[in-house]
Amino acid sequence: MNPEDRKYSREHEWALVEDAAAGTVLVGITHYAQDQLGDVVYVELPDTGAPVGHMAKMGEIESVKAVSDLFSPVSGEVTEINGRLAQEPELVNTDPFGDGWMLRVRMTDPAELEALLDAGSYTEYLGGL
Amino acid sequence: MAADTTAAENLRTALYDTHVALGARMVPFGGWDMPVQYEGVIAEVAAVRNAAGLFDVSHMGRLHIGGPNAAALLDILLTGSASGLRVGRARYCFICNERGGVIDDTIFYRLSEDEFLLIPNAGNRPAVSLWFDRQLAQHFDGRGVHITDRTMLTGLIAVQGPKAVEIVDRLCEDFTPGARRASNPGRTPAPSQLRPFTWGRGHIDGRRVFIGRTGYTGEDGFELAVGSTDVVAIWNKLTDAGAVPCGLGARDVLRLEAGLPLHGHELSDTITPIEAGFGRFVRRDGGYNGADVLDHQRVYGTERRLIGLTLPGRSAPRAGYDVLADGEVVGTVASGSYSPTLEQCIAMAFVDAAHAEPDTVLTVDIRGRRAEATTADPPFYQRPG
Repeated sequence: MNPEDRKYSREHEWALVEDAAAGTVLVGITHYAQDQLGDVVYVELPDTGAPVGHMAKMGEIESVKAVSDLFSPVSGEVTEINGRLAQEPELVNTDPFGDGWMLRVRMTDPAELEALLDAGSYTEYLGGL
Repeated sequence: MAADTTAAENLRTALYDTHVALGARMVPFGGWDMPVQYEGVIAEVAAVRNAAGLFDVSHMGRLHIGGPNAAALLDILLTGSASGLRVGRARYCFICNERGGVIDDTIFYRLSEDEFLLIPNAGNRPAVSLWFDRQLAQHFDGRGVHITDRTMLTGLIAVQGPKAVEIVDRLCEDFTPGARRASNPGRTPAPSQLRPFTWGRGHIDGRRVFIGRTGYTGEDGFELAVGSTDVVAIWNKLTDAGAVPCGLGARDVLRLEAGLPLHGHELSDTITPIEAGFGRFVRRDGGYNGADVLDHQRVYGTERRLIGLTLPGRSAPRAGYDVLADGEVVGTVASGSYSPTLEQCIAMAFVDAAHAEPDTVLTVDIRGRRAEATTADPPFYQRPG
């Protein structure tokens, strides 16, 4: 269920390397995270050009019942935000690993990816929750 | 992201396994493990507003209060009159302490001249039971009233929404209204003939059902009390008939849209019904606990008042957030949510009386962001017709 092509944080965000040479990743939250939240109604993301820090708060996500902080799995600069989420926040529920992506980030320290979990370890981690 | 946890010592309703089999997410609430959602809060709210939703509310208490002094005791304990309530009818009101604070809000049904069924909130059931026992000892020397907690022997299901009445009508057999004189002589009695805040009895699937035309969603519908061994069968009959299982998440949104209070938020033992704007459920002839305080507040007003707030957008004010006017904190949010029915955010908040007039523009501090909010009288939603 958790795609093999990306890395995962224990806070339930994922990072997918798009272009290793340019150091760009896509960032989003996992299926487990959206399932725990329930119907997502609002996603607050940083502006394009803003810096994000490894496991530092990058935004907030609200469901009908709860609000949670979002943490960036990597350090870097935001090069694009998923503009569709402003009008269609439910994409985070329906396609968390695809159309529900949140940020495109140019990494400043790609070694941080090594600190994240691979799909197998993340799935194992979920089993212990 | 933090995971929900359920505690091993929590109580479970007779429908627990049914909820799990339906894929519900279970959360602790008021000492019980309860379903917070099945398919999703937005779909469940829509089911109740447009068709029919089904709620397990067995976590709420069932206190049977009987005996020759039952009505007289309840007249002291409740802000609504028990002795003045006719058999067959039900009433919403408050259980207040001597300071006028709300120990709990409740619906109670008059079953016969000297028998009542009272529904306290799940988390307040122990406090209400203890309070009633003490008050019985104090006022009647412990005599003439038997208080029996039937919560674990029975289940309680709410069927709510524009299609709820026809679903229950179709399934219910041998219906008899609780009032001695039926309101529609000559017609075969049916649950649909019950007026709001009345009750009757019947059978669903051959099992005895107590049927109250009451609810907590702002929609028409019923609350059904049944034996705990019959709950699952009756639940399944209702879902087969098209009622959609709904969790506490949807229930909280629905009650907030309808402007109904939740104890612990809009009401508490340090908040009076007058401050919360529910004086219409407080009788004017006194004689109940807290009457002096409430009568005084009704005449002279209160320093703070419960108001409604509406906000554009989808980032919701939530309980505990500050409400400001001209940069000064003037109140606190009691409950708030995105309203899928109204497609805006709504909240109820306690504010200084000077800022409580409708159409006042205030701001809410949403985790450091200042959001403009306009005061409004609840309910935010009223059903058509």
